[in-house]
Amino acid sequence: MTVNISVTINGTTYQKDVEPRTLLVHFIRDTLGLTGTNIGCDTVQCGACTIHMDGMAIKSCATLAVQADGSQITTIEGLAKDGELHPMQQAFWDNHGLQCGYCTPGMIMAATKLVENNPGITEEEIRHGLEGNLCRCTGYANIVKSIKAAAQAMGGGA
Amino acid sequence: MGNYIGKVVKRVEDPRFIQGKGRYIANLNLPGMSYAAIKRSPHAHANIKSINVEKARNMEGVIAVMTGKDLAESGLGTLPCGFTPPDIKLPPYPALAIDKIRYMGHGVAVVVAESRYLAQDALDLIEVNYEVLDAVVDAKKAREEGAPQVHEETPNNTSFYWPIGDKEAVEKAISEADHVVDLNLINQRLVPNAMEPRAVVAQWDDFSGEMTVWTTTQNPHVIRVLMSAFTLFIPENKLRVISPDVGGGFGSKIFHYPEEIIIPWLSKALNRSVKWVSLRSESFVTDAHGRDHVTNCKLALKSDGTFTGLYVSIHANMGGYLSLFAPMVPSALCLTLLNGIYTIPAIYGETYGVMTHTVPVDAYRGAGRPEASYMVERLINIAAQELNMDPLEIRRKNLIQPDAFPFQTQVALVYDSGNYPGLLDKAEEVSGYQAMRAAQKQARGEGKLVGIGVSTCIEACGVAPSKAVISLGAGVGLWESGSIRVHPTGMISVFTGNHSHGQGHETTFAQVVADELGVPIENIEVIHGDTGRSSMGLGTYGSRSNVGMAALSKTAEKIREKVIKIAAHQLEASVEDMVYDQEKGEIHVKGSPDKKKAFGEIAFACLTAHELPDGMEPGLEETSFYDPENFVFPNSAHICLVEIDRNTGEVEIKKYTAIDDVGKVINPMIVEGQIQGGIAQGVGQALWEHGAYDDQGQLLAGSMMDYAMPKAGKLVDYQVDRTETPSPHNPLGVKGVGEMGTIASTVSMANAVMDALSPLGIKHLDMPLTAEKIWNAIQNSGS
Repeated sequence: MTVNISVTINGTTYQKDVEPRTLLVHFIRDTLGLTGTNIGCDTVQCGACTIHMDGMAIKSCATLAVQADGSQITTIEGLAKDGELHPMQQAFWDNHGLQCGYCTPGMIMAATKLVENNPGITEEEIRHGLEGNLCRCTGYANIVKSIKAAAQAMGGGA
Repeated sequence: MGNYIGKVVKRVEDPRFIQGKGRYIANLNLPGMSYAAIKRSPHAHANIKSINVEKARNMEGVIAVMTGKDLAESGLGTLPCGFTPPDIKLPPYPALAIDKIRYMGHGVAVVVAESRYLAQDALDLIEVNYEVLDAVVDAKKAREEGAPQVHEETPNNTSFYWPIGDKEAVEKAISEADHVVDLNLINQRLVPNAMEPRAVVAQWDDFSGEMTVWTTTQNPHVIRVLMSAFTLFIPENKLRVISPDVGGGFGSKIFHYPEEIIIPWLSKALNRSVKWVSLRSESFVTDAHGRDHVTNCKLALKSDGTFTGLYVSIHANMGGYLSLFAPMVPSALCLTLLNGIYTIPAIYGETYGVMTHTVPVDAYRGAGRPEASYMVERLINIAAQELNMDPLEIRRKNLIQPDAFPFQTQVALVYDSGNYPGLLDKAEEVSGYQAMRAAQKQARGEGKLVGIGVSTCIEACGVAPSKAVISLGAGVGLWESGSIRVHPTGMISVFTGNHSHGQGHETTFAQVVADELGVPIENIEVIHGDTGRSSMGLGTYGSRSNVGMAALSKTAEKIREKVIKIAAHQLEASVEDMVYDQEKGEIHVKGSPDKKKAFGEIAFACLTAHELPDGMEPGLEETSFYDPENFVFPNSAHICLVEIDRNTGEVEIKKYTAIDDVGKVINPMIVEGQIQGGIAQGVGQALWEHGAYDDQGQLLAGSMMDYAMPKAGKLVDYQVDRTETPSPHNPLGVKGVGEMGTIASTVSMANAVMDALSPLGIKHLDMPLTAEKIWNAIQNSGS
């Protein structure tokens, strides 16, 4: 059995038949070939698969593709606009906010919403806000620094 | 001074990662791809009575189902062990279990299907009939009389015994000592958890007889040698191993894993491309674990705090089989570092390598060296407490002095260079140690549990000198290669046998070559992770990429020599009169800066080839193979401050200061990033992480829900600074940085917590120092 869904991702609308059990992250990666969204765990802890759905940062491994029917989604591939990096992407590059890069798309997507929802975000709030995103390489210091810098660039920042 | 070395250069690899264009193996899709999933044993110790795969085989969408017996009959090899001390007992390690299970997670059958979902579905249709047996998971208990036996080949579950040092001298030192600290401790098992799960894709080309394997490895060339000589038996020139972007390794992606046999085997047998991507729950029970030592150690001292002897006896848990470098970790990589940065007149260490019914244990960030530092630095801290000395002062009293290098330790190694008193002084100053002690005194007066942790450590890295590692038991030398190909337009491709899985080699290696040749960094690309492109190299682990950098430095020297000869010929000057300006990338005649040739002009001349000195070959490409004369020895002093909540046992990190001497620094931003990440990993071991098993071999911490990974909210902004004594053994003076943070932070954090608890009379608790463990200790202390 399949279900027909229509999802708009990074400005393109896709109409596809999916098995009801298909995870959104597999739909994005395997069906659509947008492999920037990574998978790091199978218990919704690591946040590598974080995307934006209808204005919220969500973990696409804990969502079924059918739940995304009719929604607007942004993935890491859609964050830069007109060849310009998003300030969060730029800040991660400028502040060495990544090493192996595997958690990075999820970190950037989560952090973007953290800052959008709280423009004057403090270091403590950033650290708390990353509760659902794991990084094994950086020890988080430069991730926090990157997000602080991005908050400034996005017009806020504590 | 060049234009790049020693400066912050933003990473050239980052644009692809921040835009979701990382080239991870899970992202790879080939025409005709099929998907594998592996049925794994839920038991730690069992006999396989029967396996019924018929239902799975008949499922629609399933291409093949194979068992361990099928694999054994295929004539492929078992997984090799590359470090074999004398008299080691080496049970064979089959990629899939055949009739016996020796750890929970070992594969018993594999399904290949048209999609990943179908492959997973089919696993549920495989029926395995197990006879479950008693298991043993603890290295000490496994050597006791009557313990369940893991292998017939390893009586008393003992695979090897590795002693070093002068036992008699140490026993004498202990018997004559004014004071002896005698400590039993456990260095607990860890699960590496690189964020990218392992993955393997194999593509067999029936027409050419070539196999290409993409695998998440830190050392593709080593894996190719092992596949060719020990497991797949495909000639190396028909076998290409590619490890593109790899999402973290921390040691866990060094080893030859079962899936690197199973997936290529299936690809050839089915003549299809086959892909396997580990689930995180599979990673927990298949990626080699780290640490897991049960140890007794003793430090003998004079009453004034002078060290006179050190004794160590380790039971090292090897797990159900010996992983590739497993025996090396608790022996040659651990006991040889017992000397620390101190003068210790007598040292003896011994390690029993013990088989248990657990996931194989192997190198994990630091690999043996964190365990060594943990023993030495815990003993010193307890000694300071018992002798009523400041932990900085007792260390200072015993330091190797700057004029003592090269320093021959009692445990084989010769230290290259260092200024250990300067290191400790700087740590004291930068951390504000004395002010912290004063504040601690006041806080204690108010009943608060405040602790200051001090540790120093040393690492033998740049692993390295082939003669040395082979004399210690390794199966291969550990040199490195580096090639520089200058294209006719002056653009440069650099090839290294090292591998970057987060370290930023595409940037730092380019910095080195840019300065060596005086060319803009934008003109250089660094290529790694592909046996089809780079010459043989041994890979990246043990903070050894400085070996590859050194190889490139030597290669650049060859390029400069040729460039100078050509420039001299064209300018009609003698070679001796030529000056290679490494800042500008120009070659001019001494005293006549206008008589010059640009690097690019010479590169082009190597294409046109009509204006070369007589007899010179055209082209501009060189390779060097570099085998260092010694290890390099980075060292560090870390100081941290914690406060423990008496009511909950929770540890709050207040401050963390790290002073590291990693020799010459190529890129300070990347060095600091390595230290910061290392600190978090070490703190993770000290406070939270534990790969805990129950007594029947069930991994209790089998997911990221149960295994406490360090999180941003629990950590702080680290104060990272350094001292610099260049290594005389490395042409660039670099010492290596990958593991320092972890080695030092584990024990500095543990020492801080124990310092906080010392007013309650609590001498030692084993890691992880969880809130529950601390709360219980506080309750039991009667305070």
